[in-house]
Amino acid sequence: MDSKTIIAKRVARELRQDYLVNLGIGLPTLVARYLPRDVEVFFQSENGIIGMAPLPEAGMEDEFLTDAGGDHIGAIPGACSFDSCLSFGIIRGGHLDVTVLGGLEVDEQGRLANWIIPGKMVPGMGGAMDLVAGAKKVIVAMTHMAKSGPKIVTECKLPVTAQRRVDLVVTDLAVIQPTREGLLLLELAPGVTPTQVISATAARLLVPANVPEMAISD
Amino acid sequence: LRMLTPGIVISPAQAVEKIPAGASLLIGGFLGVGTPHRLIDELVRQERRDLIVIANDTARPNHGIGKLIDKRLVAKVIVSHIGTNPETQRQVMRGELIAELCPQGTLAERIRAGGHGLGGVLTPTGVGTMAAEGKQTIEIDGQSFLLERPIRADFALIAAHRADYSGNLAYFLTSRNFNPIMAMAGKTVIAEPAEIVPVGVIAPDEVVTPHVLVDYIVAREGRHG
Repeated sequence: MDSKTIIAKRVARELRQDYLVNLGIGLPTLVARYLPRDVEVFFQSENGIIGMAPLPEAGMEDEFLTDAGGDHIGAIPGACSFDSCLSFGIIRGGHLDVTVLGGLEVDEQGRLANWIIPGKMVPGMGGAMDLVAGAKKVIVAMTHMAKSGPKIVTECKLPVTAQRRVDLVVTDLAVIQPTREGLLLLELAPGVTPTQVISATAARLLVPANVPEMAISD
Repeated sequence: LRMLTPGIVISPAQAVEKIPAGASLLIGGFLGVGTPHRLIDELVRQERRDLIVIANDTARPNHGIGKLIDKRLVAKVIVSHIGTNPETQRQVMRGELIAELCPQGTLAERIRAGGHGLGGVLTPTGVGTMAAEGKQTIEIDGQSFLLERPIRADFALIAAHRADYSGNLAYFLTSRNFNPIMAMAGKTVIAEPAEIVPVGVIAPDEVVTPHVLVDYIVAREGRHG
């Protein structure tokens, strides 16, 4: 199983019946593929729809029905569309159950940085700051390491997306829960040891005596 | 009677002739979906320069607002992201284009505030981040909010699914996005509908942008034979 699949499968297990869910662009989008069979959720895309679905088949594209990445999507019966104010009112107003976002850095305080690398890459925050500020639960889905080194650090060097402590960090090596006391190692990816996680992390980790393996079979 | 007002339906060329160089433009759309593409093509053809563009994004090179960026017609953008347009990023890094990055929900609310006559909005988004620089933080019931200022512009360029001849507008799926919000906040509002229908065809409950907000409708392309 490759890194992205491990992360997407594990995040998918966080979704519960009837949740309203917003998946960020890129890796988080994969989560929709691994939704447990007995769980139905609603996907919001912040460009103005609840009830988005994968494009049913090639040739069914509608130029006016796209997701926040600009890709063509489908819609489930009962889907609804709305303007950007309402869309972000849903996000900011506490009506969104879960947002899953990619990350560049997460620090010991559980703060996320994911929108800018000053002087190098200036993509902008898009909806990320609103999503982190407003969603009931914020899950960061990212590879544990970047090419340049660990992404989980003592303190974010990159500008943060919000001061809020995110709720869960899911990587290809581990599941980490930021708490008031620090970063708690909750689960390990199959075949990964706590020592491996610690060496791939540039922040202090709280490591319990027994850390269970991520449940991501099939 | 408004529905008989002559001159509300104009060509893209006539619409852009009303827009001077240096004008501020609210432009609808999300990555080019729900963007008034014919008006943008005409801005390029007439080479309107030094524009200030307020929009969600700058789409991609050679697409939507990206066309204005390609031709270097824009002096400043106020947008939520430019990650999909490497040319915008290049111009910003070289200091050739000013980009004010604004969280997407905040951008929508600032435009709404402008169009609704409010002095600003208080949002929790961006508190304690770079987005808070230079802004007032206000505490209400123990929670911190940023004071974000309203946005208005000289023109709002709107894409709609349908217009009637009085200017009532209706939208389609995710091409709605910022359009109805911006239609409130432009001093002059120019709408580019995919189709124009007789007054009365759009039922009152289906009208999203009331005709009183719309100054001009861009005519469909002429069809001959």
